[in-house]
Amino acid sequence: MTQTSTEIAARVGEILDAHEGMEGSLLPILHAIQHAYGYVPRDALPVIAKRLNLTRAEVHGVMSFYHDFREDPAGRHVLKLCRAEACQAMGGDRVAKHAQDRLGIEWHETTKDGQITLEPVFCLGLCACAPAALVDGKVVGRVDEARLDAIIEGVR
Amino acid sequence: MKVYVPRDAAARGLGADEVAAAVLAEAARRGVTVDLVRNGSRGMVWLEPLVEVETPEGRVAFGPMTAAEVPALLADLKNHPKALGLTDALPWMAKQTRLTFARVGVIDPLSLSDYEAHGGLVGLRRALAMDSAAIVAEVTESGLRGRGGAGFPTGIKWKTVAEAKADRKYIVCNADEGDSGTFADRMLMEGDPFTLIEGMAIAGIGTGATKGFVYLRSEYPDAIEVMTAAVEIARKAGVLGASVLGSGKAFDMEIRTGAGAYVCGEETSLLNSLEGKRGTVRAKPPLPALQGFMGKPTVVNNVISLATVPVIFERGAAFYKDFGLGRSRGTIPLQIAGNVKFGGLFEVAFGLTLGEIVDSIGGGTASGRPVKAVQVGGPLGAYFPRALFDTPFGYEEFGAKEGLIGHAGLVVFDDSADMLKQARFAMEFCAIESCGKCTPCRIGAVRGVETVDRIAKGDTGAIPLLTDLCNTMKSGSLCALGGFTPYPVMSALTHFPDDFAPAMKEAAE
Repeated sequence: MTQTSTEIAARVGEILDAHEGMEGSLLPILHAIQHAYGYVPRDALPVIAKRLNLTRAEVHGVMSFYHDFREDPAGRHVLKLCRAEACQAMGGDRVAKHAQDRLGIEWHETTKDGQITLEPVFCLGLCACAPAALVDGKVVGRVDEARLDAIIEGVR
Repeated sequence: MKVYVPRDAAARGLGADEVAAAVLAEAARRGVTVDLVRNGSRGMVWLEPLVEVETPEGRVAFGPMTAAEVPALLADLKNHPKALGLTDALPWMAKQTRLTFARVGVIDPLSLSDYEAHGGLVGLRRALAMDSAAIVAEVTESGLRGRGGAGFPTGIKWKTVAEAKADRKYIVCNADEGDSGTFADRMLMEGDPFTLIEGMAIAGIGTGATKGFVYLRSEYPDAIEVMTAAVEIARKAGVLGASVLGSGKAFDMEIRTGAGAYVCGEETSLLNSLEGKRGTVRAKPPLPALQGFMGKPTVVNNVISLATVPVIFERGAAFYKDFGLGRSRGTIPLQIAGNVKFGGLFEVAFGLTLGEIVDSIGGGTASGRPVKAVQVGGPLGAYFPRALFDTPFGYEEFGAKEGLIGHAGLVVFDDSADMLKQARFAMEFCAIESCGKCTPCRIGAVRGVETVDRIAKGDTGAIPLLTDLCNTMKSGSLCALGGFTPYPVMSALTHFPDDFAPAMKEAAE
């Protein structure tokens, strides 16, 4: 289901109202929109631009700079696997490969059934219990192949 | 019965929530009243979830606990199979000097009364009775240097901001702890958030700044939750607001969430991001201390730097300065991570050797294989071989060995690590995370990956090219991302040449 641009303009307008007067409000606004929709709809950009007195290109430039903001909806569940050094030292690359094979997707892709999006993340601060994962915002430590399979089964 | 089950993200990642639920369920089943405290982590991550029970002798530790082992805990405390004895008497705890982390894991993170009962707000009250120059002088005298990694004297930064004339000034806390192997900021914010708030308030009072921001990375949902709640509590209690603790001096703060860009841990990128812009690096000068957030004088300090300020004011600069070695004064929260037997946070005075940290405290690798390399200071830090294990932990000491201590994270690798692969990753990471502002970093990192790939294919002629490229990146980049990526690359190449020699690699395969 896609939202109409008028619906988006209204809802984004409310979010903009809530951030009125805030210093450097663009990131909080983008976070709030992504929280509301699961991604940042293209139609939201001109609405933000107008209110903040920026060009649409500037808003797009900010949004596209940051890894967190999505242009399109993710799968129902988002599985983030840490790719950083501490996790590498504990076999993180091997576990990531297992996840890709198991799900049949590469980084940043979503399974065909729309259930799981796989994303790399660089450090969750769980470096003393590596490899680490973030499953729908919930942290998991010491992720090996078996634990990963259990995570995938758990959300499916 | 008072029971502590950490709410620290590492503990939760290892099942602390399930253990906490089991404690409450078992208590209900037995009809006993349990006062469950979700504390921070004591830092012994290999023992998480570490449950503590208050006894007349002190707090007794049990770990690593599972939900299934909880019923036995309430049945027979003394003979529980996971009983470890008094927490404070455990060797890991007894060997530390906990100043910045004194309260982490001890108190209820969101109880302001608990915080005050353990020395909280003493420093702020003392600072409120001092004038600006005396506050800044106290920080300078303590010898505190930037714990984010740059090691710049905190007092000098504060002095610059304090003496700058402006209608508004800001305190910005850099909580964009993106370095792999580091989690001290996260643990502190989740385990003792008021310490950071108190430190920022002292910074504000000392420099004349009335507004603070914590730029907290989005990868830390638990820390965001705790810090947001703590700011609210502090505001209601009058620790923050128009009149800090009734002094008539104003200071308030906001928690801002990052958006997944590693480069925003660099202070000028962070400021751009905070202003709602792309997180590109700014050329210095002007210094952020003079033209920072919104072009106004701004203190940008790391979480640990700011969270160390309260103890300096509570116990005095001379007390703090007494710890350490050379120009590295005070204590440093070491974060021992990766392939290590005893991983976690260990706060100690500067000066332990790398070998003592990895072998004695960390207990060697988790896999039981020999330690091959230790990356110190995050993805931009050098890989140290065993031959350099006598290096004492200090800013200058690591600099002298072509490395850096960074945010004091240590990632241990066993002998299965391929250092060419690690060098390639350093370049790949730089390419992914480069803000794109300067050419040596933006283009250099991409060429770096290609050059390492050539070496991997047996083209040893590319080795001088890689060295040359690293020199260009090191001296030509605007910030530490491009400028320090050569550290892991060159240290891998220098200390582990065998991994870059194709003939030997092939023979081994």
